[in-house]
Amino acid sequence: MITPNRALLAFMLAVAMVPLFAAQFTVTLVNYIGLSALVALGLVLLTGIGGLTSFGQAAFVGLGAYTTAYLTTRHGMSPWGTLIVGMAVTTAVSLALGFITLRLSGHFLPLGTIAWGISLYFLFGNMEALGGHGGIDSIPPVDLFGLELGSSRAFFYVIWVTLLAAIVTTRNMLDSREGRAMRSLRSMTMTEAMGINTLRYRMVLFMLAAQFACVSGWLYAHLQRFVNPTPFSLGHGIEYLFMAVLGGAAAVWGAVFGAGAVTFLKEWLQDLLPKLLGASGNFEMVVFGLLTIAVLHRARDGMWPILMRAFGNLAPQRAQTGSVEPALPLPRRDPQPHGREVLQVVKVTKRFGGLVANNNMNLTVRAGEVMALIGPNGAGKSTLFNCISGVNPPSEGEIRFMGQRIDAMGSREIARLGMSRSFQHVRLNAEMTVLENAALGAHLRGRKNFVQSAWRLDREEERRLLWEAAHQLERCGLGEHLFDAAGSLPLGKQRIVEIARALCSDPTLLLLDEPAAGLRHLEKRALAELLAKLRGEGMAILLVEHDMDFVMGLADRVVVMEFGEHLAEGLPQEIQTNPKVLEAYLGGVDA
Amino acid sequence: MKPTLLETRDLCVAYGRVEAIHKVSIRIRQGEIVTVIGPNGAGKTTLLSALMGLLPARGEISYQGQPTSRSTAVDALVGRGLVLVPEKRELFGSMSVADNLLLGAFARHRRGARDHAKTMDEVFAIFPRLAERRTQEAGTLSGGERQMLAMGRALMAKPTLLMLDEPSLGLAPLIVREIFRIVQQLKAMGVSILLVEQNARAALQVADYGYVLENGSVALENDARSLLDDPRVIESYLGLGGSHSIAA
Amino acid sequence: MNASVALILVQDGVTNGAIYALLSLALVLVFAVTRVIFIPQGEFVAYGALSMAAVSAGFLPPTMWLVVTLGIAVALVESVAALREGAAARLPMIILKNAALPILALVAVRYLPLKTLAYPLQIAVALLFVVPLGPQIYRLAFQPVAEATVLLLLIVSVAVHFVLLGLGLYFFGAEGGRTPAFSDGGFNLGSSYIQFQTLWIVGIAAVLIAGLALFFEHSIYGKALRATAINRTGARLMGISADLAGKLCFTLAALVGAFSGILIAPITTVYYDTGFLIGLKGFVGAIVGGLASYPLAAAGAILVGLLESYSSFYASAYKEVIVFTLIIPVLLWRSLTTHHVDDEEH
Repeated sequence: MITPNRALLAFMLAVAMVPLFAAQFTVTLVNYIGLSALVALGLVLLTGIGGLTSFGQAAFVGLGAYTTAYLTTRHGMSPWGTLIVGMAVTTAVSLALGFITLRLSGHFLPLGTIAWGISLYFLFGNMEALGGHGGIDSIPPVDLFGLELGSSRAFFYVIWVTLLAAIVTTRNMLDSREGRAMRSLRSMTMTEAMGINTLRYRMVLFMLAAQFACVSGWLYAHLQRFVNPTPFSLGHGIEYLFMAVLGGAAAVWGAVFGAGAVTFLKEWLQDLLPKLLGASGNFEMVVFGLLTIAVLHRARDGMWPILMRAFGNLAPQRAQTGSVEPALPLPRRDPQPHGREVLQVVKVTKRFGGLVANNNMNLTVRAGEVMALIGPNGAGKSTLFNCISGVNPPSEGEIRFMGQRIDAMGSREIARLGMSRSFQHVRLNAEMTVLENAALGAHLRGRKNFVQSAWRLDREEERRLLWEAAHQLERCGLGEHLFDAAGSLPLGKQRIVEIARALCSDPTLLLLDEPAAGLRHLEKRALAELLAKLRGEGMAILLVEHDMDFVMGLADRVVVMEFGEHLAEGLPQEIQTNPKVLEAYLGGVDA
Repeated sequence: MKPTLLETRDLCVAYGRVEAIHKVSIRIRQGEIVTVIGPNGAGKTTLLSALMGLLPARGEISYQGQPTSRSTAVDALVGRGLVLVPEKRELFGSMSVADNLLLGAFARHRRGARDHAKTMDEVFAIFPRLAERRTQEAGTLSGGERQMLAMGRALMAKPTLLMLDEPSLGLAPLIVREIFRIVQQLKAMGVSILLVEQNARAALQVADYGYVLENGSVALENDARSLLDDPRVIESYLGLGGSHSIAA
Repeated sequence: MNASVALILVQDGVTNGAIYALLSLALVLVFAVTRVIFIPQGEFVAYGALSMAAVSAGFLPPTMWLVVTLGIAVALVESVAALREGAAARLPMIILKNAALPILALVAVRYLPLKTLAYPLQIAVALLFVVPLGPQIYRLAFQPVAEATVLLLLIVSVAVHFVLLGLGLYFFGAEGGRTPAFSDGGFNLGSSYIQFQTLWIVGIAAVLIAGLALFFEHSIYGKALRATAINRTGARLMGISADLAGKLCFTLAALVGAFSGILIAPITTVYYDTGFLIGLKGFVGAIVGGLASYPLAAAGAILVGLLESYSSFYASAYKEVIVFTLIIPVLLWRSLTTHHVDDEEH
């Protein structure tokens, strides 16, 4: 039976055979595929995972290649030493560039990389010390345990083992606490609300992509034993991006496939087209461009997912199951005594330009109670939620949480204090499993970093995080969906996943924005039971909800908003018979 | 009986797997004000988006006796006089009031009309406040003025059927009254109107016929007068525990 | 450096800066309306210049075959779409507008004595077979993915750049082209000599910029483009379709690009791949304007021109490095003054 793992093993065996049996030309070609795949793998991290992109990866390749070329030939350093220097230089350069561009909205990064790709290319070509356009030759070969890897057949294994190591560590890293944070970067508001510093992770991804490119450059320099500026031009930077995008930027193997397909195709077209058309010209460029457009029109995620689907039709579908190993429970926050005021909103006003969305709002929430916030559409409930959770801080007024002023804090810091929320428009990572989505909520309860997870030194902590996530999902009635992709659940259940995710952070105060919308009757009842149970454990819950049966049956107190202001407050029965509330909902206009 | 202008039969709209509108059949006759009321999240805006061709839908929609197929572009419908004033107003914030209004006539301009100045004067006659503010940027208007501009811009298209999505949303009672007075005035001028409102009483007072939407389906329909006195309408909003609760 | 050298550098810088300004305005327009970062802008510069060179030498611009081919392709795509909607009645108009018209134009121009034609007419012929590529490319490459992310549109944009670059080599060959000046000679201003062509470039660029400003401020189509950039949904509800807006601004961008090429062809030899760098310098201007502000973009582009001419005097080998590094401080400044990053969720 064909399974993905067996197919992979067969592929790696076939690759390992190449230097033993294939012609020199093929060996060279497969070497180049390996080098390109390493750069494209970096772009998978940057583009497919982080949603950012760079046309300037070739310049980082050049940085790695020129660093070793210069230091080995002019200063006689060992190639292993220059590898470390090259990576250090790349780290510095990528962090500096990242600092400049990564805070800006998405499209400034690629434009910045175009500029810096061109600059560095011209710099390589014009610096006397780097040999100008002629380049640097006589680069020494790499020496491994006294074995000189001078031939391209011998070097083949260095390249592919490096690539394989990069793929394995990348996959390890993505399948961890840090990886889940990286995979959620596109949904910034939500990720920050889980206490995750998104800028830091964007920087890490950008830096890692640069490192992969740098290592590829180092390998290139010692394979060729000669460097000049040509392979580090903007055009090559664009080619790397095409490899990643055409192959499928969302999967690590998409990078390898893309690198292989593009390299082979280019070679073949360069050979074939002039014969076919009987004229000279850059026809392979034209065909490439057209192919790219055609692929992106039909398959925006590249070729790899299509291949996988075709493959999946041959082999039986991998069952959507798995198991979560039991582990020690994670440490919890100290519980709050029932009735203690955990949240105080005092005279909060929020303006958008001339529009006053919240005016002089007051509100308190106590431990062990469910407070409902209701009001007609456009009354400013979600705005108040965003003020409280730090997504969009208030213009005036004071918000205190656990006795601390939080109205000037970002959502990340507030999350650390023990507040967690769900969103009106569900914000889950649709491709991650339900379990992984929930585990994202427990991010702050883990410590291991991406280097540790790349080398699997985080497994004990990882088990505890997943066990916690599974436990919270189980409580929310989603035990049978742990390994389903979150996007495959009906919208109502996705809302419940958001609640489980919030619970994973072990919050003192839970903010829920329309948790019952889209649920069936029985599901609503189950949700009400769950929330009542959490209340019993001493949690404070503030919820916005339109389903009045749900609100009136569950809430201890209700606050009604209209026109951004506090209209009424009281027990559910009082609110239901309050004439002002009736008027706010049904209108009281006598035309 | 007046001819039918717009009709849907068993209209369903889904976001992914979740159905937001289920088998909705409504009818609007020429010269009428028809209102669709219902609590938040009942699917009112989704219904209008589907009618306007902004969302794909299953079931039948016919406008002026012709089916509007799934592929009918929004601009073609606007050209045929079906105009929507959306809930969010969607004004051109950094352009002047006059330019906003002029762009309301874009679809007619493309079909050769050049009487924009005259049409604009007619709009100014209905909304004198806009005439005072004609050179001001739309983004600096107050909430009520924004709604007036959104309606005025739609009127520049000389609509056959004007669809208003929550025109009273977030407006103070005095301004709501003004908006509904204008809605009646438009009816008197011969414009047919589909009015989607959460403010049920105000809507039912100006409408000829009403539908109550609950959880994506039509729960009640009747003459507007009769709905106004129907206790089931109140229940559907505030959940007073009647047999018609929304959770059912 | 003495005053006359400084003046020459200013003259050079402003001339190039005027071209970059034109291009950066088109880039800002295209991005604001369609979210496409229009990398192939530079190819329109090269196509414009080289087509003009062909016409002034008495040949038909080779791009005409591309216009005809793409015209037929557009007609096919549109016809299939019309048939799917069951609107067969629209077929004759679709075929006439997209396929028949370019062929008719081609036939008509064949019989013109190109070489002896008046200069403005030569320009018209050159433009006739370059500008239609703009809306054609929009229809074929961008309209099917109009709702996609900025990133995907950017990659499509780069792919289009490759296609046009490869075709450019095929059409025009590797040799560059140069055209006669609009008017020869010049005059002395103080100690420095000013060419008439320089005045033409700055003058026409100024007229074009003013024309664009008038179009955006006073015509309903210009306002419709602005409206689309401000509020897509609002524009759509007024019957301003995204397809129409896209085609319109690609037409403008192609016109601006090709005309820029025609303007610079008399003072510099243009090769099939010259346009890319020129277009990118327009980008640097556009980035200074944050891809949103027209006046800032134009000012940034003039700054790029001046920086370029001065650095070519002081450190000519590092000219490009210096120009492209300009965007680093600009981005840094933007980065430190922006506190909000778009939440791009798709």
